[in-house]
Amino acid sequence: MNRINFLKPDKSNLNTFLYLGSFLFFISILDVFLNSFFKINFVGFLPNFLSFIMPLILGFIGLYFIRIEYSGIKKLDLLNKNINTNNFNAILSLLIIFTVIKSIPPILDWFFIEASFAGDSKDVCSGSGACWTYIKVWMRRFMYGMYPNAEQWRINLSFIALALLGSVGYFATDRFKKYLTLYYVVIYPFIAFLFIFFFISGGPVFFDFSYGIIAAIVSIIIGFFIPNKFKFYYFLIVPLFLYILLKYFLFFEETIELGKLDGLNWVETGAWGGLSLTFIISFFCLIFCFPIGMAFALGRRSDFPLIRYISIGFIEFWRGVPLITVLFMSAVMFPMFLPADFFIDKLVRCIIAISLFEAAYVAEVIRGGLQALPRGQYEAAKSLGMGYWKMHIFVILPQALKLVIPGIANTFLALVKDTPLIFVVGLLEIVGMLNLAKTNPEWLGFAMEGYVFAAIIFWIICYAMSKYSYNLEIKYKTDR
Amino acid sequence: MNFKLKDLGPQLITVIAVVLIFGFFTYNAQINMENRGIDFGYGFLSQESSFDVQFSLIEYDGSHSYFRAYLVGLLNTILVSVIGIIIATIIGVIVGVARLSPNYLINKFAAYYVEFFRNIPLLLQIFFWYFAALRALPLPQDAEAIFGVFFLTIKGLYVPAFIWENLNIFFYSIVAATIAIIVIRFQAKKLQETQGKQIPVFLISIGLLFILPLLSFLIGGVSLSFEIPQLKQLAATSFVYDGGLSLPPELIALTLSLSLYTATFIAECVRAGIQGVGKGQKEAAASIGLTPNQVLKLVIMPQALRIIIPPTTNQYLNLTKNSSLAAAIAYPDLVLVFAGTALMQTGKAIEIVSITMFTYLSLSISISILMNWYNKKIAIQEK
Repeated sequence: MNRINFLKPDKSNLNTFLYLGSFLFFISILDVFLNSFFKINFVGFLPNFLSFIMPLILGFIGLYFIRIEYSGIKKLDLLNKNINTNNFNAILSLLIIFTVIKSIPPILDWFFIEASFAGDSKDVCSGSGACWTYIKVWMRRFMYGMYPNAEQWRINLSFIALALLGSVGYFATDRFKKYLTLYYVVIYPFIAFLFIFFFISGGPVFFDFSYGIIAAIVSIIIGFFIPNKFKFYYFLIVPLFLYILLKYFLFFEETIELGKLDGLNWVETGAWGGLSLTFIISFFCLIFCFPIGMAFALGRRSDFPLIRYISIGFIEFWRGVPLITVLFMSAVMFPMFLPADFFIDKLVRCIIAISLFEAAYVAEVIRGGLQALPRGQYEAAKSLGMGYWKMHIFVILPQALKLVIPGIANTFLALVKDTPLIFVVGLLEIVGMLNLAKTNPEWLGFAMEGYVFAAIIFWIICYAMSKYSYNLEIKYKTDR
Repeated sequence: MNFKLKDLGPQLITVIAVVLIFGFFTYNAQINMENRGIDFGYGFLSQESSFDVQFSLIEYDGSHSYFRAYLVGLLNTILVSVIGIIIATIIGVIVGVARLSPNYLINKFAAYYVEFFRNIPLLLQIFFWYFAALRALPLPQDAEAIFGVFFLTIKGLYVPAFIWENLNIFFYSIVAATIAIIVIRFQAKKLQETQGKQIPVFLISIGLLFILPLLSFLIGGVSLSFEIPQLKQLAATSFVYDGGLSLPPELIALTLSLSLYTATFIAECVRAGIQGVGKGQKEAAASIGLTPNQVLKLVIMPQALRIIIPPTTNQYLNLTKNSSLAAAIAYPDLVLVFAGTALMQTGKAIEIVSITMFTYLSLSISISILMNWYNKKIAIQEK
């Protein structure tokens, strides 16, 4: 009765097979484990090849023995269902388990155990592990590029301020919620630009604070007499208008006054670099490419043939060429198209080029969303007497954009991943700085550490972005 | 004719704006070129290029024309793209299917692969393979042979070269086999439609594809021999491999990173395609008595391919465009040879950049026209 049928494990002699199989499986894993962590090979007496595949054979037999359907033991069933459904799967599972066990010690060694962290010269890096000292020494260059060390607090301060200003949305009460879109689309980018231009770059001050304060006070005083209905538009237009009137027409100042914020040195964009430049470029390109893309998506679905063809031409052109040639164009061809005395900074040219390039992709994504909306939505909006713009702003676009959140997130991810390409025009963000540091004669031979470091940073950024977009997708999901 | 006057306004404004912008650019370009004494024209293409290219599929040296240099770059781009597409498809399909596996470990392994490789910039991956990983390979004199004939060294991969005799006969035999297979398929379809008979077309095709070239070896006088790379000493410490084909490390790094990166996207396309076929389709097909193979071949695959192919073609196109990153590691592709070296030498910025862009543009537009045609052909016929 208790005769063991080796070829077909079943429920009747469950225990025998379970113990035998688990034991073999355990032995096989123990063998690989000892082999890789402690360099002990207890099947070493066997011939070379046989000792190499011994764990695989043992593990396979073990898994075969414990493959008993509906054994009634919960954990065993779970194991069988997940990694042990048939012979092929069992072998693949074993291979994966062994690979993982085998690769843990070398990776741990390289990253931590043999790696050197201390010191600040190349001499400490003699071990076989990674040389994180290299990263430590070059950290400022990787983060800020050639930006002068003494001035780097400007970048830090700007980024912290912008991050705080950007998080306003989380704290806004319901009363201010309706202004958030306006804030994020118009005001926030403008503030960001001011920060970058005046603070990070130390650019010339076009804005005269004395006139600005006068204009603000006067417009606020007059503002009390304006009916509530127009107050919003009033404050949008009048202060700026008043300022221009005061400065250029009433008091006849020179158009450009090359004053600077006191104590801030001018740092030209060629010196910017590192991770901060990655952030600056991604940020502005994200902001610019979205409205441009939206405009061209609408243009491509327009009823006017000429506008439609122009939009199609624009989109297909940018989608058809690689970004690197676009950057080439912005570097060598674009200056030829401008008046001789007209100079555009290369960072700005870069941002324009990348924005236009990504805008074409954004346009196609948004067009997908527009097409996916049922016709009824358009017809319903029209039947309520809405015009083209009202229909799109209040009915169509909110729904279409909600549909294409994953697509837009992918485009934005592609944008962030494309920023290293700006090496073409001579701007060095983090990958460019790595390549520069790698050729430094004092620090030759640490390319691997640098690339791993940058890869981890980019991976974290991109993974966080994709997870965030996923959350956004869930949050705005409405069932139809 | 539904011509409306009020429609004309916005269109006219847009057109005028576009024309003005282009006019402004052309006007400035003319003035700038006059000032710098550059004349516009494509005549330089026939001039002698006088620069050398490291790796070229066709015969080329400095005495050839700029047009020849352009062709060298274009062919190198196509070479990288084709190899990359093949490898990326293989990895992508395997990973995409693995992501649907019921095996937890395989599933997770594939998922981690996708998450890992697609969240790291391609340029960084290329740099990693070229400057970090491939630099760790042995020198030519220390390299150990793989299967006795391949040598993977820091200077590239050396593989045996094929030496053909009467290659054209072999080629004809393959063409003949292809034609025969097409005819047989056509006949088999006709036979099935008229008489309901099924013949094993697949087996016959495979057989033909083997037998005809084999016959060309036996009867046609075709012969194939291999030239195995040999280690040769140039100086006391300098070794190279002589003979065989050598694939430069730039090419290896580029194809490796391009295919590993693009495979993640293809894997996602494949997964979406297979998941996109409803479960009911499979059950319905099984319930009318189709065998599992037939279910896969006649029901699942046609529907899954309809979802898979368009985005996958897009990824192929992306791979081709991304191959321009070769310029970063000095693989002589179109961008490096033409928009880099040739531009430096001639200074013809507008002409060269426009030719380069036009090449990529015509490549991608022709593929997208093909795709549109294909999409229309396979779209579900709705009544």
